[in-house]
Amino acid sequence: MTGPLIIFFVLAGLAVLGAISLILQKHPIHSALSLIVVMVALAGLYLLMGAEFVAAVQIIVYGGAIMVLFVFVIMLLNAGEEERTNFSKLATYAGIPLALAMTGFIAAAIAQSSGRLGTAAPSGTLTSTKTLSLLLFKEFVYPFELTSFLILVAILGAIVLAQREN
Amino acid sequence: VNEFLTQYAFIIVPIIKIAILVFLVLTVDAYLTWIERKVIAHIQARWGPHRVGPHGLLQPLADGVKFIFKEDPLPTNVDKAAYFLAPFITLMLALTSLAVIPFGPQRFKVFGYETHVGIADVNISLLVLFAITALGVYGIALAGWASNNKYSLLGGLRSSAQMISYELALTLSVVGVVLLAGDFSLRNIVTQQSVPGRGVLGWNIFPQIIGFLCFYVAAIAETNRVPFDLPEAESELVAGFHTEYASMKFAMFFIAEYTSMITVSCLATILFFGGWLSPFPESWGFTHYLPSVLLIPFGIWVIFDGLRYENLLGRIVLPAAGAGLAAIGAGLVVFPAVNDIAQGPFWFFAKVFTFLFVYIWMRGTLPRFRYDQLMSFGWKFLLPVSIANVVITSAVIARIWRIH
Repeated sequence: MTGPLIIFFVLAGLAVLGAISLILQKHPIHSALSLIVVMVALAGLYLLMGAEFVAAVQIIVYGGAIMVLFVFVIMLLNAGEEERTNFSKLATYAGIPLALAMTGFIAAAIAQSSGRLGTAAPSGTLTSTKTLSLLLFKEFVYPFELTSFLILVAILGAIVLAQREN
Repeated sequence: VNEFLTQYAFIIVPIIKIAILVFLVLTVDAYLTWIERKVIAHIQARWGPHRVGPHGLLQPLADGVKFIFKEDPLPTNVDKAAYFLAPFITLMLALTSLAVIPFGPQRFKVFGYETHVGIADVNISLLVLFAITALGVYGIALAGWASNNKYSLLGGLRSSAQMISYELALTLSVVGVVLLAGDFSLRNIVTQQSVPGRGVLGWNIFPQIIGFLCFYVAAIAETNRVPFDLPEAESELVAGFHTEYASMKFAMFFIAEYTSMITVSCLATILFFGGWLSPFPESWGFTHYLPSVLLIPFGIWVIFDGLRYENLLGRIVLPAAGAGLAAIGAGLVVFPAVNDIAQGPFWFFAKVFTFLFVYIWMRGTLPRFRYDQLMSFGWKFLLPVSIANVVITSAVIARIWRIH
Protein backbone atom coordinates (compact mmCIF):
# COMPACT_ATOMS: atom_id res chain seq x y z
CA MET A 1 0.00 0.00 0.00
CA THR A 2 1.32 3.38 -0.92
CA GLY A 3 1.12 6.45 1.30
CA PRO A 4 -1.70 8.24 -0.52
CA LEU A 5 -3.77 5.04 -0.59
CA ILE A 6 -3.45 4.61 3.18
CA ILE A 7 -4.47 8.23 3.72
CA PHE A 8 -7.39 7.73 1.33
CA PHE A 9 -8.72 4.75 3.27
CA VAL A 10 -8.31 6.51 6.61
CA LEU A 11 -10.18 9.60 5.39
CA ALA A 12 -12.83 7.61 3.53
CA GLY A 13 -13.39 5.44 6.61
CA LEU A 14 -13.69 8.56 8.74
CA ALA A 15 -16.24 10.04 6.33
CA VAL A 16 -18.35 6.87 6.26
CA LEU A 17 -18.19 6.44 10.05
CA GLY A 18 -19.16 10.09 10.51
CA ALA A 19 -22.10 9.68 8.14
CA ILE A 20 -23.34 6.54 9.95
CA SER A 21 -22.94 8.24 13.31
CA LEU A 22 -24.84 11.26 11.96
CA ILE A 23 -27.91 9.07 11.45
CA LEU A 24 -27.56 6.96 14.60
CA GLN A 25 -26.91 9.75 17.13
CA LYS A 26 -29.96 10.65 19.17
CA HIS A 27 -29.04 14.21 20.04
CA PRO A 28 -29.06 16.84 17.24
CA ILE A 29 -25.78 18.38 18.47
CA HIS A 30 -24.04 15.01 18.23
CA SER A 31 -25.45 14.56 14.73
CA ALA A 32 -24.16 18.01 13.76
CA LEU A 33 -20.71 17.15 15.15
CA SER A 34 -20.67 13.93 13.12
CA LEU A 35 -21.53 15.96 10.03
CA ILE A 36 -18.53 18.22 10.73
CA VAL A 37 -16.31 15.12 10.83
CA VAL A 38 -17.70 14.12 7.41
CA MET A 39 -17.02 17.61 6.01
CA VAL A 40 -13.43 17.69 7.28
CA ALA A 41 -12.75 14.17 6.00
CA LEU A 42 -14.11 15.19 2.58
CA ALA A 43 -11.80 18.23 2.64
CA GLY A 44 -8.91 15.84 3.25
CA LEU A 45 -10.02 13.74 0.26
CA TYR A 46 -10.10 16.86 -1.95
CA LEU A 47 -6.58 17.70 -0.79
CA LEU A 48 -5.50 14.18 -1.69
CA MET A 49 -6.82 14.76 -5.20
CA GLY A 50 -4.74 17.94 -5.50
CA ALA A 51 -7.62 20.38 -5.16
CA GLU A 52 -6.08 22.48 -2.40
CA PHE A 53 -8.33 25.52 -2.83
CA VAL A 54 -11.51 23.45 -2.84
CA ALA A 55 -10.30 21.64 0.29
CA ALA A 56 -9.70 24.88 2.18
CA VAL A 57 -13.01 26.36 1.02
CA GLN A 58 -14.81 23.14 1.98
CA ILE A 59 -13.64 23.58 5.57
CA ILE A 60 -14.17 27.36 5.67
CA VAL A 61 -17.67 27.32 4.14
CA TYR A 62 -19.15 23.97 5.16
CA GLY A 63 -17.14 23.14 8.26
CA GLY A 64 -16.98 26.72 9.50
CA ALA A 65 -19.89 28.86 8.38
CA ILE A 66 -22.75 26.49 7.62
CA MET A 67 -22.23 23.97 10.40
CA VAL A 68 -21.66 26.75 12.96
CA LEU A 69 -25.07 28.05 11.95
CA PHE A 70 -26.55 24.55 12.44
CA VAL A 71 -24.98 24.20 15.88
CA PHE A 72 -25.99 27.76 16.76
CA VAL A 73 -29.65 27.15 15.87
CA ILE A 74 -29.76 23.81 17.69
CA MET A 75 -28.28 25.47 20.80
CA LEU A 76 -30.60 28.47 20.53
CA LEU A 77 -33.73 26.31 20.21
CA ASN A 78 -32.34 24.01 22.91
CA ALA A 79 -33.50 21.01 20.88
CA GLY A 80 -33.63 17.89 23.02
CA GLU A 81 -32.99 14.26 22.19
CA GLU A 82 -35.17 12.93 19.45
CA GLU A 83 -37.78 10.39 20.40
CA ARG A 84 -37.79 6.99 18.76
CA THR A 85 -41.15 5.74 17.62
CA ASN A 86 -41.79 2.20 16.42
CA PHE A 87 -40.65 1.75 12.86
CA SER A 88 -43.46 1.99 10.38
CA LYS A 89 -44.31 -1.26 8.65
CA LEU A 90 -43.67 0.27 5.25
CA ALA A 91 -40.10 1.25 6.20
CA THR A 92 -39.34 -2.28 7.43
CA TYR A 93 -40.81 -4.29 4.59
CA ALA A 94 -40.27 -1.95 1.62
CA GLY A 95 -37.50 0.38 2.77
CA ILE A 96 -34.75 -2.08 3.65
CA PRO A 97 -35.02 -4.14 0.42
CA LEU A 98 -35.16 -0.91 -1.60
CA ALA A 99 -32.08 0.47 0.13
CA LEU A 100 -30.21 -2.80 -0.48
CA ALA A 101 -31.27 -2.79 -4.13
CA MET A 102 -30.12 0.82 -4.52
CA THR A 103 -26.71 -0.01 -3.02
CA GLY A 104 -26.46 -2.98 -5.36
CA PHE A 105 -27.29 -0.91 -8.44
CA ILE A 106 -24.75 1.79 -7.57
CA ALA A 107 -22.05 -0.79 -6.83
CA ALA A 108 -22.81 -2.61 -10.08
CA ALA A 109 -22.69 0.63 -12.07
CA ILE A 110 -19.33 1.55 -10.55
CA ALA A 111 -17.94 -1.93 -11.09
CA GLN A 112 -19.04 -1.98 -14.74
CA SER A 113 -17.64 1.43 -15.65
CA SER A 114 -14.45 1.19 -13.57
CA GLY A 115 -12.46 0.15 -16.64
CA ARG A 116 -13.51 3.21 -18.61
CA LEU A 117 -13.03 5.74 -15.83
CA GLY A 118 -9.69 7.50 -15.67
CA THR A 119 -7.86 7.87 -12.40
CA ALA A 120 -8.27 11.09 -10.44
CA ALA A 121 -5.47 13.62 -10.55
CA PRO A 122 -2.10 11.90 -10.28
CA SER A 123 -1.07 12.17 -6.66
CA GLY A 124 1.34 14.99 -5.92
CA THR A 125 0.16 17.45 -8.54
CA LEU A 126 -1.79 20.43 -7.31
CA THR A 127 -4.27 22.48 -9.28
CA SER A 128 -3.13 25.96 -8.39
CA THR A 129 -5.64 28.49 -7.11
CA LYS A 130 -4.65 30.76 -9.98
CA THR A 131 -5.65 28.20 -12.62
CA LEU A 132 -8.95 27.68 -10.87
CA SER A 133 -9.69 31.40 -10.66
CA LEU A 134 -8.80 31.90 -14.34
CA LEU A 135 -11.27 29.13 -15.24
CA LEU A 136 -13.98 30.62 -13.02
CA PHE A 137 -13.59 34.25 -14.05
CA LYS A 138 -12.72 33.84 -17.74
CA GLU A 139 -14.14 30.69 -19.24
CA PHE A 140 -17.12 30.15 -16.92
CA VAL A 141 -17.74 33.76 -15.90
CA TYR A 142 -21.44 33.82 -16.96
CA PRO A 143 -22.50 30.64 -15.12
CA PHE A 144 -20.49 31.87 -12.13
CA GLU A 145 -22.18 35.27 -12.08
CA LEU A 146 -25.59 33.65 -12.61
CA THR A 147 -24.96 31.44 -9.57
CA SER A 148 -24.11 34.44 -7.42
CA PHE A 149 -27.27 36.14 -8.71
CA LEU A 150 -29.26 33.07 -7.67
CA ILE A 151 -27.76 33.23 -4.18
CA LEU A 152 -28.58 36.94 -4.00
CA VAL A 153 -32.22 36.18 -4.88
CA ALA A 154 -32.29 33.51 -2.16
CA ILE A 155 -30.92 35.99 0.41
CA LEU A 156 -33.53 38.60 -0.58
CA GLY A 157 -36.22 35.93 -0.30
CA ALA A 158 -35.04 35.04 3.19
CA ILE A 159 -35.15 38.70 4.23
CA VAL A 160 -38.67 39.11 2.80
CA LEU A 161 -39.84 36.01 4.69
CA ALA A 162 -38.25 37.22 7.93
CA GLN A 163 -39.74 40.70 7.58
CA ARG A 164 -43.29 39.56 6.78
CA GLU A 165 -44.44 39.94 10.38
CA ASN A 166 -43.68 43.67 10.41
CA VAL B 1 21.60 4.70 12.13
CA ASN B 2 22.70 7.36 9.68
CA GLU B 3 21.03 5.57 6.78
CA PHE B 4 17.81 5.22 8.78
CA LEU B 5 17.88 8.95 9.59
CA THR B 6 18.35 9.97 5.95
CA GLN B 7 15.63 7.61 4.78
CA TYR B 8 13.00 8.74 7.25
CA ALA B 9 14.15 12.37 7.54
CA PHE B 10 10.87 13.56 6.03
CA ILE B 11 9.06 12.21 9.12
CA ILE B 12 11.70 12.74 11.79
CA VAL B 13 12.61 16.35 10.97
CA PRO B 14 9.01 17.66 11.10
CA ILE B 15 8.39 15.82 14.39
CA ILE B 16 11.49 17.43 15.93
CA LYS B 17 10.40 20.83 14.61
CA ILE B 18 6.88 20.34 16.01
CA ALA B 19 8.30 19.36 19.41
CA ILE B 20 10.53 22.44 19.52
CA LEU B 21 7.72 24.75 18.40
CA VAL B 22 5.17 23.35 20.88
CA PHE B 23 7.71 23.65 23.70
CA LEU B 24 8.53 27.24 22.72
CA VAL B 25 4.90 28.25 22.31
CA LEU B 26 3.81 26.76 25.63
CA THR B 27 6.68 28.54 27.40
CA VAL B 28 5.80 31.82 25.71
CA ASP B 29 2.14 31.24 26.68
CA ALA B 30 3.12 30.76 30.30
CA TYR B 31 5.25 33.87 30.40
CA LEU B 32 2.64 35.83 28.47
CA THR B 33 0.33 35.38 31.47
CA TRP B 34 3.13 36.76 33.67
CA ILE B 35 3.70 39.74 31.34
CA GLU B 36 -0.05 40.35 31.18
CA ARG B 37 -0.44 40.37 34.95
CA LYS B 38 2.61 42.59 35.38
CA VAL B 39 1.63 45.10 32.69
CA ILE B 40 -2.01 45.37 33.81
CA ALA B 41 -0.87 45.69 37.42
CA HIS B 42 1.41 48.58 36.53
CA ILE B 43 -1.38 50.22 34.47
CA GLN B 44 -3.54 50.03 37.61
CA ALA B 45 -0.70 51.21 39.91
CA ARG B 46 -0.16 47.79 41.54
CA TRP B 47 2.89 45.52 41.69
CA GLY B 48 1.40 42.38 40.21
CA PRO B 49 2.98 38.98 41.02
CA HIS B 50 6.21 39.49 42.97
CA ARG B 51 6.31 36.77 45.62
CA VAL B 52 7.28 33.62 43.71
CA GLY B 53 10.82 34.26 42.59
CA PRO B 54 12.36 37.63 41.71
CA HIS B 55 9.75 39.87 40.01
CA GLY B 56 7.32 36.94 40.34
CA LEU B 57 9.15 35.20 37.50
CA LEU B 58 8.30 31.72 38.79
CA GLN B 59 4.57 32.53 39.04
CA PRO B 60 3.72 30.65 35.77
CA LEU B 61 5.40 27.51 37.17
CA ALA B 62 3.44 27.84 40.40
CA ASP B 63 0.24 28.29 38.39
CA GLY B 64 1.05 25.21 36.32
CA VAL B 65 1.57 23.08 39.43
CA LYS B 66 -1.66 24.44 40.89
CA PHE B 67 -3.63 23.60 37.74
CA ILE B 68 -2.34 20.04 37.66
CA PHE B 69 -3.10 19.30 41.31
CA LYS B 70 -6.50 20.99 41.51
CA GLU B 71 -9.61 18.87 41.86
CA ASP B 72 -11.42 18.37 38.58
CA PRO B 73 -15.10 17.92 39.47
CA LEU B 74 -17.59 16.71 36.85
CA PRO B 75 -20.83 18.71 37.04
CA THR B 76 -24.06 16.70 37.00
CA ASN B 77 -26.02 16.25 33.77
CA VAL B 78 -23.27 17.43 31.48
CA ASP B 79 -23.07 16.02 28.00
CA LYS B 80 -19.93 14.00 28.72
CA ALA B 81 -18.60 13.57 25.18
CA ALA B 82 -18.92 17.24 24.25
CA TYR B 83 -17.79 18.39 27.69
CA PHE B 84 -14.49 16.51 27.43
CA LEU B 85 -14.03 17.17 23.73
CA ALA B 86 -14.44 20.97 23.90
CA PRO B 87 -11.14 21.95 25.60
CA PHE B 88 -9.22 19.48 23.42
CA ILE B 89 -10.73 20.86 20.20
CA THR B 90 -9.94 24.41 21.29
CA LEU B 91 -6.32 23.71 22.22
CA MET B 92 -5.66 21.42 19.25
CA LEU B 93 -6.91 23.94 16.70
CA ALA B 94 -5.04 26.81 18.38
CA LEU B 95 -1.76 24.88 18.22
CA THR B 96 -2.41 23.53 14.70
CA SER B 97 -2.80 27.01 13.27
CA LEU B 98 0.83 27.77 14.14
CA ALA B 99 1.97 24.99 11.81
CA VAL B 100 1.68 27.03 8.61
CA ILE B 101 3.41 30.18 9.90
CA PRO B 102 6.91 30.79 8.49
CA PHE B 103 9.23 32.28 11.12
CA GLY B 104 12.24 33.14 9.00
CA PRO B 105 13.65 33.20 5.47
CA GLN B 106 16.34 30.50 5.87
CA ARG B 107 16.28 27.09 4.26
CA PHE B 108 18.68 24.49 5.67
CA LYS B 109 19.44 20.79 5.39
CA VAL B 110 19.04 18.26 8.21
CA PHE B 111 20.02 14.63 7.47
CA GLY B 112 20.03 15.61 3.79
CA TYR B 113 16.40 16.77 4.01
CA GLU B 114 15.84 20.37 2.99
CA THR B 115 13.67 22.24 5.43
CA HIS B 116 12.89 25.76 6.63
CA VAL B 117 12.06 27.77 9.74
CA GLY B 118 8.44 26.80 10.37
CA ILE B 119 6.62 23.48 10.21
CA ALA B 120 4.71 23.33 6.93
CA ASP B 121 5.33 25.50 3.88
CA VAL B 122 1.92 25.25 2.20
CA ASN B 123 1.16 27.41 -0.81
CA ILE B 124 -2.33 28.18 0.47
CA SER B 125 -1.17 28.78 4.05
CA LEU B 126 -3.41 31.82 4.53
CA LEU B 127 -6.50 29.81 3.56
CA VAL B 128 -5.43 26.95 5.82
CA LEU B 129 -5.16 29.40 8.71
CA PHE B 130 -8.66 30.71 8.04
CA ALA B 131 -9.99 27.18 7.75
CA ILE B 132 -8.58 26.33 11.18
CA THR B 133 -9.90 29.58 12.68
CA ALA B 134 -13.31 28.79 11.20
CA LEU B 135 -13.41 25.51 13.14
CA GLY B 136 -12.20 27.20 16.34
CA VAL B 137 -15.68 28.33 17.30
CA TYR B 138 -16.85 24.76 18.01
CA GLY B 139 -14.67 24.39 21.08
CA ILE B 140 -16.22 27.37 22.83
CA ALA B 141 -19.76 26.75 21.58
CA LEU B 142 -19.63 23.10 22.69
CA ALA B 143 -18.11 23.97 26.06
CA GLY B 144 -20.95 26.40 26.67
CA TRP B 145 -23.62 23.97 25.56
CA ALA B 146 -22.29 20.81 27.20
CA SER B 147 -21.81 22.38 30.64
CA ASN B 148 -25.58 22.35 31.31
CA ASN B 149 -25.40 25.83 32.81
CA LYS B 150 -27.37 28.85 31.65
CA TYR B 151 -24.43 31.22 31.94
CA SER B 152 -22.21 28.87 29.98
CA LEU B 153 -24.86 28.41 27.30
CA LEU B 154 -25.24 32.18 26.93
CA GLY B 155 -21.46 32.54 26.70
CA GLY B 156 -21.30 29.82 24.05
CA LEU B 157 -24.15 31.38 22.05
CA ARG B 158 -22.61 34.83 22.23
CA SER B 159 -19.29 33.44 21.16
CA SER B 160 -20.72 31.63 18.11
CA ALA B 161 -22.63 34.72 16.98
CA GLN B 162 -19.60 36.93 17.54
CA MET B 163 -17.22 34.64 15.71
CA ILE B 164 -19.52 34.20 12.70
CA SER B 165 -19.96 37.97 12.47
CA TYR B 166 -16.31 38.93 12.77
CA GLU B 167 -14.94 36.07 10.67
CA LEU B 168 -16.39 37.74 7.55
CA ALA B 169 -14.60 41.03 8.27
CA LEU B 170 -11.40 39.15 9.19
CA THR B 171 -11.33 37.25 5.91
CA LEU B 172 -12.28 40.25 3.77
CA SER B 173 -9.74 42.55 5.43
CA VAL B 174 -6.79 40.46 4.21
CA VAL B 175 -8.07 40.17 0.62
CA GLY B 176 -6.27 43.45 -0.14
CA VAL B 177 -2.96 41.90 0.90
CA VAL B 178 -3.67 38.78 -1.16
CA LEU B 179 -4.44 40.98 -4.17
CA LEU B 180 -1.15 42.88 -3.74
CA ALA B 181 0.89 39.70 -3.38
CA GLY B 182 -1.09 37.67 -5.91
CA ASP B 183 -0.55 34.65 -3.66
CA PHE B 184 -1.99 32.83 -0.65
CA SER B 185 1.43 31.72 0.59
CA LEU B 186 2.51 33.58 3.73
CA ARG B 187 6.16 33.16 2.70
CA ASN B 188 5.56 34.82 -0.67
CA ILE B 189 3.51 37.58 0.95
CA VAL B 190 6.56 38.46 3.06
CA THR B 191 8.97 38.21 0.11
CA GLN B 192 6.72 40.50 -1.93
CA GLN B 193 7.08 43.19 0.78
CA SER B 194 10.86 43.25 0.48
CA VAL B 195 11.46 46.14 -1.95
CA PRO B 196 15.21 46.80 -2.36
CA GLY B 197 16.36 50.01 -0.70
CA ARG B 198 12.93 50.93 0.70
CA GLY B 199 12.86 49.05 3.99
CA VAL B 200 9.75 49.88 5.99
CA LEU B 201 8.18 51.78 3.06
CA GLY B 202 7.76 48.54 1.10
CA TRP B 203 5.54 46.92 3.72
CA ASN B 204 1.86 46.28 3.15
CA ILE B 205 0.83 48.52 6.03
CA PHE B 206 1.10 51.64 3.87
CA PRO B 207 -1.20 50.72 1.00
CA GLN B 208 -3.34 48.57 3.34
CA ILE B 209 -3.71 50.66 6.49
CA ILE B 210 -7.52 50.31 6.43
CA GLY B 211 -7.18 46.59 5.83
CA PHE B 212 -4.83 46.33 8.80
CA LEU B 213 -7.13 48.19 11.18
CA CYS B 214 -10.10 46.02 10.14
CA PHE B 215 -7.93 42.91 10.46
CA TYR B 216 -6.69 43.76 13.93
CA VAL B 217 -10.13 44.65 15.32
CA ALA B 218 -11.69 41.52 13.81
CA ALA B 219 -8.80 39.38 15.04
CA ILE B 220 -9.21 40.62 18.62
CA ALA B 221 -12.90 39.71 18.39
CA GLU B 222 -12.00 36.26 17.01
CA THR B 223 -9.66 35.59 19.92
CA ASN B 224 -12.31 36.73 22.46
CA ARG B 225 -10.08 39.33 24.05
CA VAL B 226 -10.97 42.66 25.64
CA PRO B 227 -12.89 44.70 24.46
CA PHE B 228 -14.64 41.78 22.73
CA ASP B 229 -14.55 39.25 25.59
CA LEU B 230 -18.33 38.91 25.81
CA PRO B 231 -18.28 35.08 25.80
CA GLU B 232 -16.67 35.20 29.26
CA ALA B 233 -17.96 38.56 30.53
CA GLU B 234 -17.47 37.89 34.23
CA SER B 235 -19.77 40.66 35.46
CA GLU B 236 -22.69 39.20 33.49
CA LEU B 237 -22.01 35.50 32.96
CA VAL B 238 -19.82 34.43 35.95
CA ALA B 239 -17.12 33.10 33.62
CA GLY B 240 -19.15 32.42 30.48
CA PHE B 241 -18.39 29.26 28.55
CA HIS B 242 -15.75 27.96 30.98
CA THR B 243 -17.73 28.42 34.21
CA GLU B 244 -18.02 24.65 34.75
CA TYR B 245 -14.43 23.81 33.88
CA ALA B 246 -11.69 23.41 36.45
CA SER B 247 -8.09 22.26 36.72
CA MET B 248 -6.24 21.35 33.53
CA LYS B 249 -9.35 21.58 31.30
CA PHE B 250 -9.77 25.20 32.40
CA ALA B 251 -6.07 25.80 31.76
CA MET B 252 -6.42 24.33 28.25
CA PHE B 253 -8.92 27.04 27.29
CA PHE B 254 -6.46 29.64 28.47
CA ILE B 255 -3.45 28.10 26.76
CA ALA B 256 -5.55 28.06 23.59
CA GLU B 257 -6.50 31.72 24.05
CA TYR B 258 -2.88 32.81 24.48
CA THR B 259 -1.76 30.63 21.56
CA SER B 260 -4.38 32.27 19.35
CA MET B 261 -3.03 35.64 20.46
CA ILE B 262 0.43 34.55 19.30
CA THR B 263 -0.98 33.28 15.98
CA VAL B 264 -2.84 36.52 15.33
CA SER B 265 0.25 38.58 16.19
CA CYS B 266 2.36 36.45 13.83
CA LEU B 267 -0.26 36.86 11.11
CA ALA B 268 -0.43 40.66 11.55
CA THR B 269 3.38 40.75 11.39
CA ILE B 270 3.53 38.64 8.24
CA LEU B 271 0.64 40.20 6.34
CA PHE B 272 1.15 43.89 7.07
CA PHE B 273 4.52 44.45 8.75
CA GLY B 274 6.97 42.59 6.53
CA GLY B 275 7.41 39.46 8.65
CA TRP B 276 11.11 38.89 9.28
CA LEU B 277 12.21 41.88 7.14
CA SER B 278 14.17 44.67 8.78
CA PRO B 279 12.48 48.10 8.69
CA PHE B 280 15.74 49.65 7.51
CA PRO B 281 17.13 49.58 3.95
CA GLU B 282 19.87 46.95 3.36
CA SER B 283 22.48 49.71 2.92
CA TRP B 284 22.19 50.59 6.61
CA GLY B 285 24.55 47.82 7.71
CA PHE B 286 25.02 49.26 11.19
CA THR B 287 21.41 48.39 12.10
CA HIS B 288 22.54 44.74 12.15
CA TYR B 289 24.10 45.43 15.54
CA LEU B 290 20.72 46.37 17.06
CA PRO B 291 20.16 42.93 18.69
CA SER B 292 23.58 43.18 20.38
CA VAL B 293 22.99 46.77 21.45
CA LEU B 294 19.78 45.65 23.15
CA LEU B 295 21.02 42.31 24.53
CA ILE B 296 24.32 43.38 26.18
CA PRO B 297 22.92 46.18 28.43
CA PHE B 298 19.90 44.04 29.28
CA GLY B 299 22.15 41.12 30.26
CA ILE B 300 24.29 43.38 32.47
CA TRP B 301 21.15 44.81 34.09
CA VAL B 302 19.88 41.26 34.82
CA ILE B 303 23.24 40.39 36.51
CA PHE B 304 23.10 43.39 38.83
CA ASP B 305 19.36 43.00 39.45
CA GLY B 306 19.89 39.35 40.45
CA LEU B 307 22.68 40.24 42.88
CA ARG B 308 20.19 42.24 44.98
CA TYR B 309 18.56 38.98 46.13
CA GLU B 310 19.94 36.86 48.95
CA ASN B 311 18.70 33.46 47.71
CA LEU B 312 19.97 30.92 45.21
CA LEU B 313 18.07 32.49 42.30
CA GLY B 314 19.59 35.90 42.93
CA ARG B 315 23.08 34.64 43.69
CA ILE B 316 23.46 32.17 40.82
CA VAL B 317 20.59 31.72 38.37
CA LEU B 318 19.78 35.32 37.45
CA PRO B 319 23.43 36.48 37.12
CA ALA B 320 24.17 33.38 35.03
CA ALA B 321 21.18 34.10 32.77
CA GLY B 322 22.26 37.74 32.46
CA ALA B 323 25.82 36.73 31.63
CA GLY B 324 24.42 34.33 29.02
CA LEU B 325 22.34 37.05 27.37
CA ALA B 326 25.28 39.47 27.34
CA ALA B 327 27.50 36.71 25.92
CA ILE B 328 24.99 36.05 23.12
CA GLY B 329 24.95 39.79 22.37
CA ALA B 330 28.74 39.92 22.30
CA GLY B 331 28.90 36.73 20.21
CA LEU B 332 26.67 38.32 17.58
CA VAL B 333 29.17 41.17 17.25
CA VAL B 334 32.12 38.78 16.98
CA PHE B 335 30.54 36.43 14.41
CA PRO B 336 28.88 38.50 11.64
CA ALA B 337 27.72 35.34 9.84
CA VAL B 338 25.64 34.27 12.87
CA ASN B 339 24.44 37.86 13.26
CA ASP B 340 23.08 37.84 9.70
CA ILE B 341 21.09 34.68 10.39
CA ALA B 342 19.79 36.18 13.65
CA GLN B 343 18.37 39.28 11.94
CA GLY B 344 15.23 37.58 10.57
CA PRO B 345 14.09 35.94 13.82
CA PHE B 346 15.02 39.09 15.78
CA TRP B 347 12.74 41.36 13.76
CA PHE B 348 10.01 38.74 13.58
CA PHE B 349 9.86 38.25 17.32
CA ALA B 350 10.25 41.97 18.02
CA LYS B 351 7.17 42.69 15.91
CA VAL B 352 5.18 39.77 17.31
CA PHE B 353 6.02 40.86 20.84
CA THR B 354 4.87 44.41 20.05
CA PHE B 355 1.47 43.10 18.94
CA LEU B 356 1.20 40.92 22.04
CA PHE B 357 1.96 43.95 24.16
CA VAL B 358 -0.76 45.95 22.36
CA TYR B 359 -3.22 43.14 23.19
CA ILE B 360 -2.36 43.42 26.88
CA TRP B 361 -2.30 47.20 26.78
CA MET B 362 -5.83 47.22 25.37
CA ARG B 363 -7.02 44.84 28.06
CA GLY B 364 -5.76 47.29 30.66
CA THR B 365 -7.30 50.28 28.92
CA LEU B 366 -10.60 49.59 27.18
CA PRO B 367 -14.01 48.74 28.66
CA ARG B 368 -16.07 45.87 27.25
CA PHE B 369 -18.52 46.41 24.38
CA ARG B 370 -22.23 46.03 24.99
CA TYR B 371 -23.66 43.12 23.03
CA ASP B 372 -25.78 45.19 20.60
CA GLN B 373 -22.84 47.58 20.07
CA LEU B 374 -20.66 44.57 19.22
CA MET B 375 -23.11 43.30 16.61
CA SER B 376 -23.84 46.66 14.98
CA PHE B 377 -20.13 47.56 14.92
CA GLY B 378 -19.27 44.28 13.22
CA TRP B 379 -22.04 44.25 10.64
CA LYS B 380 -22.69 47.93 9.99
CA PHE B 381 -19.18 49.35 10.17
CA LEU B 382 -16.39 46.77 9.99
CA LEU B 383 -17.87 44.65 7.18
CA PRO B 384 -18.71 47.56 4.79
CA VAL B 385 -15.30 49.13 5.40
CA SER B 386 -13.47 45.88 4.60
CA ILE B 387 -15.57 45.38 1.46
CA ALA B 388 -14.80 48.98 0.39
CA ASN B 389 -11.10 48.25 1.00
CA VAL B 390 -11.28 45.21 -1.30
CA VAL B 391 -13.05 47.19 -4.04
CA ILE B 392 -10.64 50.15 -3.86
CA THR B 393 -7.53 47.94 -3.74
CA SER B 394 -8.61 45.87 -6.72
CA ALA B 395 -9.57 48.98 -8.69
CA VAL B 396 -6.15 50.55 -8.07
CA ILE B 397 -4.32 47.33 -8.94
CA ALA B 398 -6.37 46.87 -12.13
CA ARG B 399 -5.60 50.46 -13.17
CA ILE B 400 -1.85 50.08 -12.58
CA TRP B 401 -1.80 46.80 -14.48
CA ARG B 402 -3.61 48.38 -17.42
CA ILE B 403 -0.99 51.17 -17.60
CA HIS B 404 1.89 48.69 -17.77
